[in-house]
Amino acid sequence: MTRMTMVEAIRDAHTVAMERDDRVVVFGQDVGYFGGVFRCTQGLQKRFGKHRCFDTPINESGIVGVAIGMGAYGLRPCVEIQFADYVYPAYDQIVSEAARLRHRSAGDFTAPLTIRMPTGGGIFGGQTHSQSPESLFTHVAGLKTVIPSNPHDAKGLLIASIEDDDPVIFLEPKRLYNGPFDGHHERPIVPWSAHPLGEVPDGHYTVPLGSARVHRAGGDLTVLTYGTMVHVAEAAAAESGIDAEIIDLRSLVPLDLDTITTSVRKTGRCVVAHEATLTSGFGAELCAVVQEHVLSSLEAPIARVAGWDTPYPHAHEWNYFPGPARLGAAMRATMAYR
Amino acid sequence: MHVVDAEAAEPDGLRLRIPEPKARPGDKPVFRDLLIDRAGEVRRPPIDVRPADIVDLGAEMIRVLDIHGDAVGPWAGTLDAEQLRRGLRDMLTVRIFDARMLQAHRQGNTSFYMQSLGEEAVACAHRRALRPDDMCFPTYRQQGLLIAADYPLVTMINQIYSNSHDPLKGRQLPVMYSSRDAGFFSISGNLGTQFVQAVGWAMASALRTDTRIASGWIGDGATAESDFHSAMVFASTYHAPVILNIVNNQWAISTFQGFARGDSPTFATRGHGFGIASLRVDGNDYLAVHAVSSWAAARARANHGPTLVEWVTYRVGAHSTSDDPSAYRPQEEPFTWPLGDPIDRLKNHLIRIGEWSDEQHQQCVAEVEATVREAASEAERFGTLRSEHSSPASMFDDVYATLPDHLRRQREQAGF
Ligand SMILES: Cc1ncc(C[n+]2csc(CCOP(=O)(O)OP(=O)(O)O)c2C)c(N)n1
Ligand SMILES: [Mg+2]
Repeated sequence: MTRMTMVEAIRDAHTVAMERDDRVVVFGQDVGYFGGVFRCTQGLQKRFGKHRCFDTPINESGIVGVAIGMGAYGLRPCVEIQFADYVYPAYDQIVSEAARLRHRSAGDFTAPLTIRMPTGGGIFGGQTHSQSPESLFTHVAGLKTVIPSNPHDAKGLLIASIEDDDPVIFLEPKRLYNGPFDGHHERPIVPWSAHPLGEVPDGHYTVPLGSARVHRAGGDLTVLTYGTMVHVAEAAAAESGIDAEIIDLRSLVPLDLDTITTSVRKTGRCVVAHEATLTSGFGAELCAVVQEHVLSSLEAPIARVAGWDTPYPHAHEWNYFPGPARLGAAMRATMAYR
Repeated sequence: MHVVDAEAAEPDGLRLRIPEPKARPGDKPVFRDLLIDRAGEVRRPPIDVRPADIVDLGAEMIRVLDIHGDAVGPWAGTLDAEQLRRGLRDMLTVRIFDARMLQAHRQGNTSFYMQSLGEEAVACAHRRALRPDDMCFPTYRQQGLLIAADYPLVTMINQIYSNSHDPLKGRQLPVMYSSRDAGFFSISGNLGTQFVQAVGWAMASALRTDTRIASGWIGDGATAESDFHSAMVFASTYHAPVILNIVNNQWAISTFQGFARGDSPTFATRGHGFGIASLRVDGNDYLAVHAVSSWAAARARANHGPTLVEWVTYRVGAHSTSDDPSAYRPQEEPFTWPLGDPIDRLKNHLIRIGEWSDEQHQQCVAEVEATVREAASEAERFGTLRSEHSSPASMFDDVYATLPDHLRRQREQAGF
């Protein structure tokens, strides 16, 4: 075990995956010599050489397109898009190509790539450094979409993603890179070194895609969430005094139905939370899944807490971000429902 | 005679070329490969020249100011002394404004800033060569376009501070200005998108037999984006009245220009395959920037089609307040940049022609510093990022032309 930040855990995952398999190549804007604008690939070029980890031109469509070509050859590219907000030029390559290559060629060609990108808000990044576009990927057949909430899971999920035979969208909540942010922006930053999930096992391990984690066990109500909102939910539970069971989904597609249904059956109440905009967000899918499978256990309507349906603001970040106050209010309302 | 048949010689295996800059931290900076012509040596073709007849200009470098500070050659003479002094003041304003805003960032008045240190001539001289109603589609590093359009500094700072007088209502990242009146299209954080939009604006102007032209902007790194190529093909196909500006400041965050340029000798030569008139210019030479911008504007306005210009300059500062260039380039590199400093060069020229003095310069600096300081304190009265903003309810405005029901409900739920 080593205490790590999420950045260090992601770096470590790359190192482990690259050491075990020389087909793993890493590239993206500024990821080579510099090691990425968030330093997630720092040291990889030095350690593995310029042919395993390198910079690219600023062309997201090109980054994903060549990764697909390399995957077709038999490599396992793990690429970085500098911010999730900049993935859109690559959307065609992801949706029309990577996602469907296996199916359309009946397994003749596959796209075993991992596409990493920082996601979410909390850094005063305005509308082009704060978006949470996960549902644009979860809606696409053929893609897997994962999002860790802590260093331990980040490492295990990234290794699992790189080793996975299908394209994986790997979303990294940037506000969690250096500490478990719970939405209390006015408080001092808490480092990962003070958090149990900052304990990262050495060497190789995986967190299987499709396995959720019970972040906090509780009997009153279930919070289904992921990414930064896991920590916000923890704060909301503590502050509201509600004994919430917080499920960190970790993997949106595939989704761990068992953990979800077991929890909601137990608590009978459910709140769904994400940073992304509300309409057609992944929360809508979660609501549908819960009512399909455990409707008879529900004692209250499922509540959704999400970003407002506006572009992500700059000055009004904390009026926009669904922090512990908003989530706590939804939890209290769900508890009060009779 | 023994001839080695290159086609028959195969290596044991293939090997990929990964570009590397000439110098990294700790190395001596080198600009050996920079193709520089002597001032005054590159010809000035007529504005109706066929692109095919000026392919040499894509690899040469148009320069007006020589090492003595004289304006020489066929591109000299587009500006009188009064205009030159105004140009110097524009550039000084940009530089002093940038310095003040970096300080404001350190003080916590804003979340972010991007300076254009060392490349002030490009935007400042270009804007003065356009007409006020021409439309620029800038990147985040063309604050000079606004300043040389006499846009109020206090309004810029209001935007940077996201304060209660921010015309963009606290929505945009600092420096992502927008001003239709100042011919300055709303800046996007997504690289390259504006380049092809500039072509569309120019096409619209031509569709309506208007006389206005557009000017699109992109950085060297961002020319790798597909939108750069979209712009080129549309401009070429429709002969759009647009100036397509590439600001080659040598760096794209930590990535040197060799990644976007590949094996092309210059960025300007990118235009040749599209049949677009393409020029390469000393971007730290205010006179050259003005002369070439005027040429390209006249060409566009006379319906002779688009011009691609590579402005060769150097990003002296960090990419942004989130960046530290000492991690990827030699710390002395900015000081060895062969094209010098645009402000020093224009100042020396003005002194040489007897139209300026060190005393006047110092006085001008002091005046601009006072102006910037006053603008900043005026803006501070309207708040900073840490204090006063537009109402949070305004977040819900302008998502659509009229507020739809679901947003009205969300706004109520938010309690604004
Ligand atoms: C589509 C997109 N991809 C990546 C980024 C992140 N990014 C912001 S600026 C930048 C470098 C741009 O360099 P260049 O075009 O040379 O302009 P300069 O900053 O040098 O003015 C990058 C990669 C972005 N803003 N948009
Ligand atoms: Mg650049």
